[in-house]
Amino acid sequence: MTELCERAVDLAIRAGASYADARIVERATESLQVKNGKVEALQSESDLGLGVRVLVEGAWGFAASADLGGADVQKIAEDAVRLARASALTSPQPAVLSEVEPARATWKSEWRTDPFEVPMQEKMSLLLEADRRARQREEVKVCESALTFVRERKYFASSEGSRIEQERLESGGGVKATAIGNGEMQERSYPSALDGFHAAGGWEVIEGLDLLAGAEKIGSEAADLLTAPVCPSGTFPIIIGASQMALQIHESCGHPIELDRVFGSEASYAGTSFLTPEKIGQFRYGSPLVNIVADSTVPGGLGTFAYDDEGVPSCRTDIVREGVFCGYLMSRETAARLGLRSNGAMRADGWNRLPLIRMTNINLEPGTWTLDEMISEIKHGFMLENTRSWSIDDVRLNFQFTTEIGWEIRDGSIVGMVRNPTYHGVTPQFWAACDAIASKEFWKLWGVVNCGKGEPAQSMRVGHGAAPARFSAVRLGAEQ
Amino acid sequence: MTADSATMQIIEAALIESGADQSEVVVISERTRLTRFASSAIHQNLSEKKHRVTVRAVVGKRVGCATTNRLTADSIRSTAQKAAQLARLAEENPDFVSLPSPVPIPAARTHFEPTARCRPEDRAQAVKTIAAIAAESGCTASGSFLVTEVEVAVANSLGVRAHQSLTESALTVIASESGPGLSGYETATGYAHWAGRDLSALDVETIARKAVGKCVAGRKPIAVQPGDYAAILEPPAVAALLMFLCWIGFGATAVQEGRSFLCGRMGERVMHDSISIWDDGLDARGLVMPFDFEGVAKQRVDLIERGVAKGIVYDSYTAHKEGKKSTGHAFPAPNPYGPGPSNLVMATGSHSLQEMIATTERGLLVTRFHYVNVVHPKRTILTGMTRDGTFLVEAGKITRAVRNLRFTQNVVETLGEVDAVGSDAALHQAEGCYCPALKLPRFAFTSAA
Repeated sequence: MTELCERAVDLAIRAGASYADARIVERATESLQVKNGKVEALQSESDLGLGVRVLVEGAWGFAASADLGGADVQKIAEDAVRLARASALTSPQPAVLSEVEPARATWKSEWRTDPFEVPMQEKMSLLLEADRRARQREEVKVCESALTFVRERKYFASSEGSRIEQERLESGGGVKATAIGNGEMQERSYPSALDGFHAAGGWEVIEGLDLLAGAEKIGSEAADLLTAPVCPSGTFPIIIGASQMALQIHESCGHPIELDRVFGSEASYAGTSFLTPEKIGQFRYGSPLVNIVADSTVPGGLGTFAYDDEGVPSCRTDIVREGVFCGYLMSRETAARLGLRSNGAMRADGWNRLPLIRMTNINLEPGTWTLDEMISEIKHGFMLENTRSWSIDDVRLNFQFTTEIGWEIRDGSIVGMVRNPTYHGVTPQFWAACDAIASKEFWKLWGVVNCGKGEPAQSMRVGHGAAPARFSAVRLGAEQ
Repeated sequence: MTADSATMQIIEAALIESGADQSEVVVISERTRLTRFASSAIHQNLSEKKHRVTVRAVVGKRVGCATTNRLTADSIRSTAQKAAQLARLAEENPDFVSLPSPVPIPAARTHFEPTARCRPEDRAQAVKTIAAIAAESGCTASGSFLVTEVEVAVANSLGVRAHQSLTESALTVIASESGPGLSGYETATGYAHWAGRDLSALDVETIARKAVGKCVAGRKPIAVQPGDYAAILEPPAVAALLMFLCWIGFGATAVQEGRSFLCGRMGERVMHDSISIWDDGLDARGLVMPFDFEGVAKQRVDLIERGVAKGIVYDSYTAHKEGKKSTGHAFPAPNPYGPGPSNLVMATGSHSLQEMIATTERGLLVTRFHYVNVVHPKRTILTGMTRDGTFLVEAGKITRAVRNLRFTQNVVETLGEVDAVGSDAALHQAEGCYCPALKLPRFAFTSAA
């Protein structure tokens, strides 16, 4: 496959490209979905193709095809060059790429048990039993559970001499219970909302989830939520649970630090960013407790790899240090515009997509508190867990999140459950109110499998390390 | 593209290879060409050719699916066999009755040469035109210009044979007063969009001037306090609300599971009598598609008729549960989320946008929404931000541009009180929706940017 990439690069250079890279991505996916005791989806999917990216006169072109015959590869390379020439007609600012050492490398993510080798019957039995346990309360009218496994082999060659082969294996799954009654509907998910928990690894990832115990718990909580009091409106101290913190980091930190957004590449679609370049090293993003890194080297992350899709090696970068904004996620082109070198954040959702700046693992570093200590210092507040709804504006400032469940805290103790908790804020003011972060015992690397960006839509798998965190004053309530 | 003999050979081979009691094959071949621009120049320019062959195999009441993107004989054979193997491994699904039987598919023109012939140089010229119009007003332009050709073929072992060649195009333009990289709440932006199957209907200059006009009018926005306002929602804003309403309410799965706002309310008045919503795959104002991904002809389904809940859409699985026939609204298998409308139309009214503004004492004019999401599906509460042109209307006139606001609103409730429905409508590609503007007496803006 690497030889085919090399050929595509050669053909593109011969057709007039000043720079070219080629990627072949081979992806196998297996997914199972059970709903209300019935297997509703059992699917196997295979996908293979080639994408070629070129620069001509400083302008970009990209062509991709699933057809990989000799003439097809030539056509892909020529199409990419023709597209780049068309781009040049509009006189874009010529792309300059920051330097990278050409790499020749082979890399594989770690796993113990290949999930594609685990018998299908074992997987279905697990989901059916989780489904049964989540539906023990009659109020639970719908239960959905799922497992997904992905194997991806990626081959990369560039005209600068890089030749890289990488293989990743990912496993994940979860359960969601929906209780309905008295005109109300409540959902609970385990281990997290948004398609459950996913990580780089094998069947051992699923074994570590304890899906059965989790299913029973969320089924019961979904039923209880139907009659729980509605979360009140007002300004309160809140603790945000770890899985919800993962989404908070994703939306209010991960996206605004994408340097292509900052330069307007996504202006017509997902928007831009309030974190403009003059803010580097100056802007107070959060309280001094807030330390956030982008780390594509941490084991088990969905944003972990050896090289990005420009052949830049993985690394760890400070994003926020002691509350001050200090770094971006960058590509070779955007880094050069700041006089920097790329920190390896370019990834594409498959062979047929152009690499974009994507989150790697954007991690909030743990603090020193225990969860009990954080709760004990609250006179009257709430602890909010698991995402139900999320929305943020096009510069990533005004956000509003609703969680599946809330817990009322009075005089340092949890006193009961509340439903429909919604909190909202403006990114830097919100993070400035962070006054406690739980310690590493509470820290977990979560996976988000559906981070959307770009046109045509690309869905990326990214990681977020997070522990529960406390915020001193946050507005709750927005629902009618 | 046409459903050529090679495609049909793939389908027939897969149907034979599966060896299951029933089999279904869906082939989607697509060539997408997308030109994206920012700062008035092309920064991403791509072409993609892909295929997707999905085999659904049924053994008794056991169902398995396998998909490949390779059109080789070996790949098709192994995919069909894999689907059958998965079906044999699956637990029985007692709710599964059968794949659909064949029904006549109406002829529909969905492939247009001007779209298919669009070259990269043509799209670059369009970007140059847009950039020049933006520059006349001190703006820059960003956006995207999409051209696709798709072939869809569906067949099953019960005799369904459906195929269609389609073209589709869309142009989105965002004009920005100060250029990307300097974004913030004070930066004015303006939006315009066109979508259709026939590119010859696109007037690039008109779209560009509309976006630039919005941007210019949006300069120096002021902050207004959140609260309940009379709201004039332009068609793109209405389309976003309707799309989410479809996802959470108009599909049979949501109703059968008790999640939809329509549960137990069929035949009741649920919205204002000026609101009629239906789904019609053959309506030429939308993106015409005569059949669904089970090869069933799309029926026109009245969802809301003069405010009264009239119907929901079905695929074969959900229809069989109620002893009904599919309305032709299946998505590609496997799909536990169920059927949904994909050619939505909202009835127009008799008021121009200018009339809506002229009759508003104090309110907000919203061009479009950004990042809409569901807060509470059963209560149809949605949230999102305004974007690319939000204006204060006072004493019948637009007086100021305003900074973006967040709304959090029960959509069915707000459609229960409607002051006016627009006489003009537009197609919105992302939402698959053809709809007019609406003037609403109350809309809840819950926080400000």
